[in-house]
Amino acid sequence: MKAHVDHLVTMANDIAHFFAVESDRAKAADSVARHLKQFWDPRMRRRILAHLTAGGAGLEPLAAAGVRRLAELDHVTVA
Amino acid sequence: MLSIVEIDFGTPPLRTVEQVSLQIDGVSVRVPAGTSVLRAAALAGIRIPKLCATDMLEAFGSCRLCLVEITGKKGYPASCTTPVEDGMRVATQSRKLADLRRGVMELYISDHPLDCLTCPANGHCELQDMAGVVGLREVRYGYDGANHVYPEMKIEEPGQEWPVRDSGDPGRSHGRPANPLFAARDESNPYFTFDPSKCIVCSRCVRACEEVQGTFALTIQGRGFESKVAASQDQSFLDSECVSCGACVQACPTATLSEKSLIAHGQAEHSITTTCAYCGVGCSFRAEMQGEQIVRMVPNKDGHANHGHSCVKGRFAIGYATHPERITKPMLRAKISDPWRIVSWDEAITHVASEFRRLQATYGRDSIGGITSSRCTNEETYLVQKLVRAAFGNNNTDTCARVCHSPTGYGLKSTLGESAGTQDFDSIESTDVMLVIGANPTDAHPVFASAMKRRLRAGARLIVVDPRRIDLVRSAHVQADYHLKLRPGTNVAVLNTLAHVIVSEGLVDEAFVAARCESDAFEQWRAFVADPRHSPEAMQAETGVPAELVRGAARLYASGGNAAIYYGLGVTEHSQGSTAVMAIANLAMATGNIGREGVGVNPLRGQNNVQGSCDMGSFPHEFPGYRHVGDDAVRTQFERAWGVPLLAEPGLRIPNMFEAALDGEFKGLYIEGEDIVQSDPNTRHVTAALSAMECVVVQDLFLCETAKYAHVFLPGSSFLEKDGTFTNAERRISPVRKVMQPPGGHADWEITQLIANAMGYPMHYRHPSEIMDEIAALTPTFAGVSFARIDRLGSIQWPCNEQHPEGTPVMHVDTFVRGKGRFLRTEYVPTSERVNGKHPLLLTTGRILSQYNVGAQTRRTANSIWHAEDVLEIHPHDAEERGIADGDWVGVESRAGDTVLHARVSERMQPGVVYTTFHFPESGANVITTENSDWATNCPEYKVTAVQVTRVTQPSEWQQRHETFSRRQRALVDDDAYIQPG
Repeated sequence: MKAHVDHLVTMANDIAHFFAVESDRAKAADSVARHLKQFWDPRMRRRILAHLTAGGAGLEPLAAAGVRRLAELDHVTVA
Repeated sequence: MLSIVEIDFGTPPLRTVEQVSLQIDGVSVRVPAGTSVLRAAALAGIRIPKLCATDMLEAFGSCRLCLVEITGKKGYPASCTTPVEDGMRVATQSRKLADLRRGVMELYISDHPLDCLTCPANGHCELQDMAGVVGLREVRYGYDGANHVYPEMKIEEPGQEWPVRDSGDPGRSHGRPANPLFAARDESNPYFTFDPSKCIVCSRCVRACEEVQGTFALTIQGRGFESKVAASQDQSFLDSECVSCGACVQACPTATLSEKSLIAHGQAEHSITTTCAYCGVGCSFRAEMQGEQIVRMVPNKDGHANHGHSCVKGRFAIGYATHPERITKPMLRAKISDPWRIVSWDEAITHVASEFRRLQATYGRDSIGGITSSRCTNEETYLVQKLVRAAFGNNNTDTCARVCHSPTGYGLKSTLGESAGTQDFDSIESTDVMLVIGANPTDAHPVFASAMKRRLRAGARLIVVDPRRIDLVRSAHVQADYHLKLRPGTNVAVLNTLAHVIVSEGLVDEAFVAARCESDAFEQWRAFVADPRHSPEAMQAETGVPAELVRGAARLYASGGNAAIYYGLGVTEHSQGSTAVMAIANLAMATGNIGREGVGVNPLRGQNNVQGSCDMGSFPHEFPGYRHVGDDAVRTQFERAWGVPLLAEPGLRIPNMFEAALDGEFKGLYIEGEDIVQSDPNTRHVTAALSAMECVVVQDLFLCETAKYAHVFLPGSSFLEKDGTFTNAERRISPVRKVMQPPGGHADWEITQLIANAMGYPMHYRHPSEIMDEIAALTPTFAGVSFARIDRLGSIQWPCNEQHPEGTPVMHVDTFVRGKGRFLRTEYVPTSERVNGKHPLLLTTGRILSQYNVGAQTRRTANSIWHAEDVLEIHPHDAEERGIADGDWVGVESRAGDTVLHARVSERMQPGVVYTTFHFPESGANVITTENSDWATNCPEYKVTAVQVTRVTQPSEWQQRHETFSRRQRALVDDDAYIQPG
């Protein structure tokens, strides 16, 4: 199970790398979140949200901010 | 030999607008200025005798048969080389012309065998026809003298000494003088024969090789009566540079070059127009038939994508449809170690439906899904995504475009507003500069490559961006102006450096950008790429491309006239595939190279229906027409049409399905025509995922690699056995027409429909045309498409709607689909797949001309004579360092796995980079590739894998296990399941 969460973390970081060119961090995080919302199956989103709640190991700052913003879009509470 | 149903107008059509009027045999004719008299006559229904002329080739004027009389002009000009003039009066028949033509024919026939009744061309031979047309009644010259017809001389001429040799003809009496002009039949090519004794030296084959194909493999050797057709350096066709496209065979007016299938079967009696099932060019063919037997495939002269040309795959490699390994019976088994049990269709379909419903009841609605192939028709892919969304009740649908061009969809939609290429193929005729990046058209899109080469010979300039020296870099009469031999994985860096030069040297088309693009996004992009860190000088250490080459290429692209970008999987199959597509779109917008003929952004799609399968809503996040499932208005439209509620959330993509399977959440998969075990990366990961599923249903022609992990096998149908449509790389929707019955009993769309009905979701289509009608009703870009309209027009490029009832060759003409074009900043992010001490080389993968994709089709044809195994290309420096010689077994090891291939030492590679193809399952090319993928779409990073290469003596452990496993799996299939000899 862990290996697959790790893969989601890598994918989230990759997405964040593309949007990192945006200097407005809130805007960049929103772009990451909307990409996740648009293309990730809800199970994958739930898993990455749960991973963030569990500390978000491996998630780079913009990816973590994106997942946090995803929680808002998905109306999920994360710690 | 030409098609049995096509009219040959003698010389090619012209595009000129100006019209001229003339009289031919008293008939008034009006044709474009510059048209030949021969063609003008043919257009008026007047057939002037001819032999060396054909409308696929420029006029040559050698046979002297098409002579005419023109009032006011001296002599008897050849009508093929004489252009029409206003007011011209032409006579095509007179006593004098008849005498001249008879004389010409008499000379031709005096050096041609008179075996017409047993000749393969009998019934469709132009020489025979002309002999009849001119009224040839005698041949005064006989065969006693010099000739090319007989292996030995009939009578020794006094005073002339003939060399005595054995001609190999068993009927020849030894000791008689051999005929030095005779050449034996060349049977070396698996698909056609070359019989020089029947040759009339009209040069049509030579000219076809040059003008149509652009290979220049054939020539006329010798002078005068000794003239003869020769392949390369007078080699056999197989050993020559010939690429077996068949253009020469099609051009030949006699039986000199004949398809072996024609020799075996005789002349066809009917012809059906259909579309090739191989690459994304989507060539139109005439399947020439005797009943349900294909005699030969002849490229359609009226085909809008190929204009009468084809490649070795499309024309010849169709024998797989009746290959003995074809499975035609449904089969079931509980475990993959069990023997397959042949069952009825009813039992198979009932089992699939009950298993899928059981899995959903046990593991949840989202525990199953479906995958289609780009080898399926539009109607089939549409139906599978409908099955998944409406009958399965989830959005777990995907297609093999996931692993090839999904970044094209994302990148072009984000920038231009539509997930498709911008041009038609014919646009290249107006192109001044071609930028080819990450594509190898001569191997992967050969018919379009011929069009490219034709334009290059006419003076267009060429920039190639590729780690390898592909054929287009330097071949007959073609040489790239710039070859940017970049390091694999640095596409985005190179594209950014090109953009940097364009911006910093004032080469932006400011007026276009101001009028057509979002200004804020452009200014952000301009500042981004202007940053000195994107300069060619700053990046050359990373990309490996000398700065001056980048600068020269950028200047040429931006200021060389109409510039068009053509790209392929070398762009998309990277961790930054989508970013690279955006960077390409940025370049086109910045230089104003979009929205008219001759320019644009042109993805060269790998398989024939990649574009179509994407159009049809095969991706888990969008409905047909690229509309997101979360769009309430769109979803409501589909819910009304399909009569069920639909999910607003995206489903799993193919790699996500594998992950979910390994997590125990995904248990059933319906796979139509796709061999994911061979084609998807990290084979062991894929097989582990399939092994974790409880019901894998494979619908295919053969026991493919994936079928070896399946529990249900449903015999599918080839493109020859069903009706439907394919959409090629230029958005062209072309007809696929059934020429024979499916040996399994059902077309693929019918099988999908059976499953839907068995699962309780009614589908009652009577014909694929009804499926297309539904697609048109639900998809704005297809609104005007119907089978009737496709049949009337031949093909249609979408968008086809009220505004464009006959389709849209060039997109984004006055405005972008999304309104204003959007520049996106494309930061280069190096792939995590880097060389290191353990894996010091980069492996990149690709395709070869004679094989196609996973090889399921072409491996089961004679095409394997050209490519019987995948090999590892390695630069001499890297080979020498490792003590590797050409032909050695070499182990290729990555962090994902290892395999063993034969080495081919080649300077096509750059030092540090190795290359292989993936056409043979036993090669295990995807055992090595990793799980890395494009950030936006999860398209795998096939093109960059860090490896080590060492000399070895035996296959890898994986290969040995694979061999044992495959042998066991084949043994589990009952002989009765295979196609029965007809």
